[in-house]
Amino acid sequence: MTHDDIRTAFLEELVKVAPDLDPEGISDTDHIQDDLELDSMDVLNLVAALHVRFGVDIPEPDYIQIATPALAAAYLATRLAA
Amino acid sequence: MLETIRKESGGTRGASLPDPEKTRKSFTWDAAAALLDGLPGGALNIAYEAVDRHVGAGHGPQVAIRWLGKGDAREEITYGDLAERTSRFANVLMAHGLARGDSVFALMGRVPDLYVAALGTLKAGMIFTPLFSAFGPEPIRTRMEIGKATVLVTTETLYRRKIAAWRDQIPSLRLVLIVGAMAPEGCVALDPAMAAAEPTFDIALTTPEDPALIHFTSGTTGKPKGAVHVHKAVLYHAISGRYALELTPGTIYWCTADPGWVTGTSYGIISPLVNRVTMIVDEADFDIDRWYATIDREKVEVWYSAPTAIRMMMRAGDAATEFYDFSSLRFLASVGEPLNPEAVVWSNRIFGMPFHDNWWQTETGGIMIANLAAQDVRPGSMGKPMPGITAGIVEQTETGMTEMGDGQIGELALRPGWPSMMRTYLNEQARYDKCFVDGWYLSGDLAMRDGDGYYWFVGRADDLIKSSGHLVGPFEVESALIEHEAVAEAGVIGVPDETAGEVIKAYVTLNPGFTPGEDLERAIRGHARKKLGPAVAPREIVFRNTLPKTRSGKIMRRLLKARELGLPEGDISTLETDET
Repeated sequence: MTHDDIRTAFLEELVKVAPDLDPEGISDTDHIQDDLELDSMDVLNLVAALHVRFGVDIPEPDYIQIATPALAAAYLATRLAA
Repeated sequence: MLETIRKESGGTRGASLPDPEKTRKSFTWDAAAALLDGLPGGALNIAYEAVDRHVGAGHGPQVAIRWLGKGDAREEITYGDLAERTSRFANVLMAHGLARGDSVFALMGRVPDLYVAALGTLKAGMIFTPLFSAFGPEPIRTRMEIGKATVLVTTETLYRRKIAAWRDQIPSLRLVLIVGAMAPEGCVALDPAMAAAEPTFDIALTTPEDPALIHFTSGTTGKPKGAVHVHKAVLYHAISGRYALELTPGTIYWCTADPGWVTGTSYGIISPLVNRVTMIVDEADFDIDRWYATIDREKVEVWYSAPTAIRMMMRAGDAATEFYDFSSLRFLASVGEPLNPEAVVWSNRIFGMPFHDNWWQTETGGIMIANLAAQDVRPGSMGKPMPGITAGIVEQTETGMTEMGDGQIGELALRPGWPSMMRTYLNEQARYDKCFVDGWYLSGDLAMRDGDGYYWFVGRADDLIKSSGHLVGPFEVESALIEHEAVAEAGVIGVPDETAGEVIKAYVTLNPGFTPGEDLERAIRGHARKKLGPAVAPREIVFRNTLPKTRSGKIMRRLLKARELGLPEGDISTLETDET
């Protein structure tokens, strides 16, 4: 999976959790809670969806590392490579 | 049942209420009034009790609010600063021609101006209503209409996103104050207005029964209800904070609730300041490392939080706590929904003391039933009634309300008359009157009292949903759903969730020409999130051909829920059309 594939997949899961978002309008540095207005339950649902999609289990202290699409893509790439 | 958590005999070291049973018997409201100063002529003003009297007593230099911004920003606001800033805010309101009794709404995150606006409004004798900033435009607008908002204090971002489009359609709205140096057209920037205002203000000599706060709460049918609280509520905020939260002068205290909900105002603004604590206010939302680091760095002594967050901490496991020092903590409390026994036991192991669950509602204005510092904790129980509060488990019988015995399930009820009890639902006296029957305030919660006087939550007596500690009315959600072109009918229920307590699930039927599918599910859910915000919108939508309805056409949410949970369907004699 390329970095772009991961980013795209992340955005797909994000808009499934929060379908009020327009994927075109999301920038790489948008904070999923502060800018995109996900609440903590949304974040849990997103983590669960990413687990299903990537097979990566994201522990609670790492949530901060998926706070923006750019951070998330980098984090998931590292985890997938490990 | 999990084992009782025992407290040292004779009470926990230094507990504000060393012998709760004795105080329950001897308690009088006059004794509680000793915690307040009052104003000349029998006047009483929450803001005076919370701020200015402390400055008058020489505590101006004490930090009232230690604010932690989302990044690394910090700001310390002393009681002296707070007195000045709230006076300036009151002067800003007066300078715009507003008068006592006007209605000031706030819509913003946990920033210092929110606290200034709340207390400044009360100083001016106006009525304060906080709104949850994550609400979508629809719940905001509905509440501002019902509350006939005269003033809105908000941020530029929230204003543009959620207010600007319909602002002109709220006829009562005369002033929009925008936090910061700049404001969009038709609004007033708060910073320059505050700078130009006088730093002193003669606090309004409000009477104890003058309205001070309106908190909105959801109903099962109809629109949200505005529970009106008066200045006298401060008496109860003072005493309950002292007894149930151990708020003594100088305590470092962190209430994680947002002032958009009643806990964040009663125990996130008023009670702590009246008790002259130093409050930690964190602008950011839950983040486990940030939270643990905050306890450690700020040396938090009393921590009031909520089950959803506590369960998230528990799930993160012991390893997440490893690098932090929690030795500053001396009392933990939880509210919002019942705290599961496992979480109570877990917290006792991790923090050396349990989270003390307590129970109350928007309508009660303050903590009614609580686990206290010097009282053994039965994990899963909400504790015992506070001093001054008489609770009972009741049932409607042919001869009226009857109190039930220990071990029996009924509606949790309270004897009216405590100071922070709501005084009415705004413009809805009939709905208010329905809450009181035969000398009881009926809570709508089902509960049981054990043989030793501990109360145990059983469930809601109505269709209201408790999600992440927030009470959500199904009607408000259904109304937003049917505004979507595809949706014909909607039935909304709460389904159990291990983290949030309940999550919101919707059953919908579709209009002709629409086909169920994943795309449509997302479109409807997206619509609901835009209208309602994430806390109120359904997390799941399922499609049905028909919904179960009574002869009068009312959707039977109870039946949807029983089926969802695999429970007995109960009395279905009124069922006319079944679910397909």
